Amino acid sequence: MVQVEFLGPISKEPMQLEASSLHDVAKVLNEDSELKTWLESAAVAVNDTLVSSLDVALKDGDKVSLLPPVCGG
Amino acid sequence: MLELHNGALHVSEILARWCDEEARNNYGAYIPFVGTVRSEDSIDGLSFDIYEPILENWFSAWQFKAKEVGAIVKMAHSRGDVMLHESSYIAAVFSPKRRVALEMIDSFVEDFKASAPIWKYDLKGGNRIYAADRSTPIKNSGLLGKKS
Repeated sequence: MVQVEFLGPISKEPMQLEASSLHDVAKVLNEDSELKTWLESAAVAVNDTLVSSLDVALKDGDKVSLLPPVCGG
Repeated sequence: MLELHNGALHVSEILARWCDEEARNNYGAYIPFVGTVRSEDSIDGLSFDIYEPILENWFSAWQFKAKEVGAIVKMAHSRGDVMLHESSYIAAVFSPKRRVALEMIDSFVEDFKASAPIWKYDLKGGNRIYAADRSTPIKNSGLLGKKS
């Protein structure tokens, strides 16, 4: 299982998913209409490293984080 | 050095402490940037969420970049609520000569605004409202929104 976390203003509890890549995660999350806008604007991290492609293999225990647009300072 | 504080930053204490820490390290330039909450759009203040693991990675990369040119960076940021005229952010660069520090404080603060995993909310009439219109998508955002 992979844990998906929604950071900052995305008010959603973490999810546990069966996924072998980020493509699988995208497929599941796109079925949730509440997430649609966030998916279009959020960056993605796997185990706290930002990624630039969905071609990332996932293994049991990995953490996927969604980071919506930021504004520190 | 990265410091996260609950609530507003104590600006004079932090700036003086950083100055003292580096006083004997032969830096010719110390350039701080202090961000203060302004009164606008009827807000009572701002509030911040931080995702610390990625912030720490981002900051470590900047420490490395600074070291390559003989400089150091320091940063302090607030978690939670910061009211009007209080400060939520301080960044500083120390370097042997001024030009490196002047250029680095500019690129550091700009990259911070675009990349640091911190979310801002307006505090207004007892509500905490995400500042969506002032927020910037991190590089490579939107991957999961594309059809795969």
